[in-house]
Amino acid sequence: MIPSNLTYKRASSIDDALALLKEYGDDARLLAGGHSLIPALKLRLNEYDYLIDISKIPELKSISEEQGHIVIGAGVTHGEIVNSSLLKDKLSFFPEAADLIGDVQVRNMGTIGGSVVHADPAADWPALLLAAEAVITIKGESGSRDVSAEDFFLGLFQTAVEDGEMLTSIKIPISANTKSKYQKFMQPASRFAIVGCAALLTIENGTCSKARIAYAGVSAKPFRDKKVEAALEGKAFNADQIASAASLAAEGVSIMSDHFASEAYRLQMTKVFTKRTLEAIL
Amino acid sequence: MSYIGKSIKRVEDKRFITGKGKYTDDIKLPYMTYGCFVRSPYAHAKINSVDISDAENSSGIVKIFTGEDIAESGINGVPCGWQVNFKNGDIMKEPPHPLLVKDKVLHMGDAVAFVIAESYSQAKDAAEMVRVDYEMLPAVTNPQEAVKKGAPQVHPDAPNNTCFDWELGDSKAEVEAALKGAHHVTTLDIENQRVVPNAIEPRSAIGDYNEAHEKYTLHTTSQNPHLTRLLLSAFVLGIPEHKVHVIAPDVGGGFGSKIFHYTEEAMVVWGSKQIGRPIKWTAERSESFLTDAHGRDHKTHLAMGFDKDGKVLALKSETFANLGAYLSTFAPAVPTYLHGTLMQGLYTTPKINVDVTGVFTHTNSVDAYRGAGRPEATYQLERIMDLAALEMDMDPAELRRINFIPAFDGVEQEGYATRVALQYDSGNYEPVLDRALEMVGYDDFRKKQEAAKDSGKLLGIGFSTYVEACGIAPSAVVGALGARAGLFESSQVRVQPTGKVSVYSGSHSHGQGHETTFAQIVADRLGIPLEDVEIVHGDSEAVAFGMGTYGSRSLAVGGSSIVKSLEKVIDKGAKIAAHKLESRVEDLDFAEGKWTVKGTDKSISFGDVSLTAYVPHDYPADLEPGLDFSSFYDPTNFTYPFGCHVAIVEVDKETGHVRLKRFIAVDDVGNVINPMIVDGQIHGGLAQGIGQALFEGTVYDSSGTLLNASFMDYSIPRADDLPNFEIDRTVTPCPHNPLGVKGAGEAGCIGSTPAVVNAVIDALWKGGHKVKDIPMPLISERVWKAMQNGH
Repeated sequence: MIPSNLTYKRASSIDDALALLKEYGDDARLLAGGHSLIPALKLRLNEYDYLIDISKIPELKSISEEQGHIVIGAGVTHGEIVNSSLLKDKLSFFPEAADLIGDVQVRNMGTIGGSVVHADPAADWPALLLAAEAVITIKGESGSRDVSAEDFFLGLFQTAVEDGEMLTSIKIPISANTKSKYQKFMQPASRFAIVGCAALLTIENGTCSKARIAYAGVSAKPFRDKKVEAALEGKAFNADQIASAASLAAEGVSIMSDHFASEAYRLQMTKVFTKRTLEAIL
Repeated sequence: MSYIGKSIKRVEDKRFITGKGKYTDDIKLPYMTYGCFVRSPYAHAKINSVDISDAENSSGIVKIFTGEDIAESGINGVPCGWQVNFKNGDIMKEPPHPLLVKDKVLHMGDAVAFVIAESYSQAKDAAEMVRVDYEMLPAVTNPQEAVKKGAPQVHPDAPNNTCFDWELGDSKAEVEAALKGAHHVTTLDIENQRVVPNAIEPRSAIGDYNEAHEKYTLHTTSQNPHLTRLLLSAFVLGIPEHKVHVIAPDVGGGFGSKIFHYTEEAMVVWGSKQIGRPIKWTAERSESFLTDAHGRDHKTHLAMGFDKDGKVLALKSETFANLGAYLSTFAPAVPTYLHGTLMQGLYTTPKINVDVTGVFTHTNSVDAYRGAGRPEATYQLERIMDLAALEMDMDPAELRRINFIPAFDGVEQEGYATRVALQYDSGNYEPVLDRALEMVGYDDFRKKQEAAKDSGKLLGIGFSTYVEACGIAPSAVVGALGARAGLFESSQVRVQPTGKVSVYSGSHSHGQGHETTFAQIVADRLGIPLEDVEIVHGDSEAVAFGMGTYGSRSLAVGGSSIVKSLEKVIDKGAKIAAHKLESRVEDLDFAEGKWTVKGTDKSISFGDVSLTAYVPHDYPADLEPGLDFSSFYDPTNFTYPFGCHVAIVEVDKETGHVRLKRFIAVDDVGNVINPMIVDGQIHGGLAQGIGQALFEGTVYDSSGTLLNASFMDYSIPRADDLPNFEIDRTVTPCPHNPLGVKGAGEAGCIGSTPAVVNAVIDALWKGGHKVKDIPMPLISERVWKAMQNGH
């Protein structure tokens, strides 16, 4: 459990981190909470000559409300999200989901940005970002660009962040009359998601006017299930509608399989947890 | 004051909780080097070549050894310490287990080369540069498959991969006849899956050869340092035993996996002599998963016959036991004498036949893991008991009760002779069942269970009443059973001139709290403060000899040995006291740390007698000076703790997820010295037993790769997976040792596993799914599937 030799650098600002990234190129990796990167280094699954620590950059550490959006810095820890009163008030499934990540020590170190760029198919945040229609801000040498969550997650451990770039913040639109929930069926060893279901609904006068349902753990890529969304939208939000919408979940999707959950079981659990997540909103 | 029966806080915990413990990996010797093994990623492969040329040129490299070097050196492999014979009398197959492999790797993790460097990271870097050309061969991991014709062979001289076949009890024909005549026969095919011990401290060893003294020192994470010294000196390296010093300092848990003598220990000792410097090796967690001897791995077919009232008439048990690729130190004992002999359970079953085939496979070695054989036996008996109750529509608690062996104390009534070679010491089985039922609120539970049937969660209750064999000893008995070593225990009680006492014990504490429990016995017997006693263990030069700690033997055997030495101290002390008090020994009382002439106020303290023993100016003429005694205690029998465990589970109908809601354990471990420590042992054992039922288990793919060799994929229970344990005890003293103790280290792990599985089966059965078995661990998908398929 000893990584190969490497040099540790601490970045003082986003620009500093980008400059170091430019200097060391492919030989460098950004280090935030380290909860995915350090184990991979210790197991020698990855080797880098340089680690650029971005965990102490103040610009990455804030949670704020700006013009109808919540903006979460990439360096905000899961623990800070659990305890954010702003998020509890405006985007309650974020603190709920954060509280299901790892244990207290993990939550106090791991960051939302680190988890999102790592894009582990069983990680929780990608599903929430999709359901919340988040916009992800990526900064590089030539400036910032915004990418929708839909376009951000490209596949297994693959995202839209390119060489020399870093994720800086996550922006989530806030609208009235929304309700959200995240429920997770955990793999007992890692406690990552076998199925994670994130739902953000707009409900007006008992009718669901907008539904965003997304999943972690089910497929190699986190995804929104638009068939489930369509089955809810424009209809009365009740137990019968939930049951029929949930029965459509993950149909036609390529589903993962491992020794904790086969494909058939994972598919069925996706339906069960869709139902449970929606019932929790009801 | 009396110290017996008091929950004294553990004296060793001060150093443990303040980070002042000293473990093997904490030790740094001058000029020490660091070793790293190159291990096979394949389960079965031919080695075409091992190229160390790049690695040798890597920075900081001191030396690289390969299988060829070991073969040329003539070092023997590590031996097996227990012999089982085939039914026809032939000796078991015992293939060599070399320190490094030369021609063929036989399991994932098999060691091919040993890289020694100035730092650990340099050794690790260079190990990655050793190029091994492997030619993959087909592998077999399942013992039932391995014995079949055409299966890949592990060792050329073990046909059908069979190490031994073995039988115990009544003849198969008699048992089958009894089954044929039975009113009801319950059959069950079950697996006791392979688990990984996962001690929190990985194994570590430092070899240190001193040329000037021609002496070898081994610091090692061992439960059993003297046996390691014996095997290392006499069997592996062929070096004189008195020139080998084995030290097992603080050891962070073992659960059996640190009883055995491992190849890595011999490698660092031998290597140290070759390079003239100390070598340290410490396992990485992934290495621990691959190379710490695993536990269990039995596949069993069972049949139990009953008369119309539910009395058991006969039991047949046929097991294929996976031993792995190489025989670990006690491997053959576990599926045979530690398993077959327990198949009586606490029932009067009149006919029992146990049949075991020990099988080699392309997997890591399997050996004793907390309970070792007894959990496997208990799992069979208690699963089939609950299943039979369901099939015959009888109450599982009452079915057990009518089959219990009646109470016997081993004093007024004789011990109970089983059909399977043992004589139980004392037992009183109904009270543990009664107490457990009372704690559960049984009638009330059955009503709740009925009411929950139509909700989303099924409720189930599972029972397990067990008896186990602890205090692993009598040397003569285990010798007859195949042990190649004695199983006594030694102690030395050295009273210092000031009356302080150092006790040297051959038992080895690696979490059990001996430094407290043993000190309580000493302080109590001598009537001195606990602080005046120190317990020393784990050092072959401090302790005369020892057989180590496993099989819940430390208190019953090691503790009794200390009592024996204390009696010698008190006897001699009395002679000195009599001299000083100008009295006769018969006229003295010894209590509260002083000898008093009966009926007078004339007395002399233990401290004054101790000083006199070492400053013998005014001293009995016919007595030697000094107050220092050692003893070797070899009991006349095992001890037989027993108990009743009850699990209540909730099963999610939609997901199959099992939540353990309550766990009740009523155990009888004989007399108790420190109730808090016994509670802790029970709690830990329960967590491991429940862990096996619900969470743990290795997963191999068809090529023999261990897929879940990390905590990301191998699940062990965490605090929030477990309810608050509800525990209680009854006390039936052991009649044959001076403390009346039976042992508590493994009980929790032995009794709990079947209770949990039975509870899930009960939940499903009462919910309309008549499922006979779900293979452990009961992960959600397996339970869900059972509900889809069950009727």
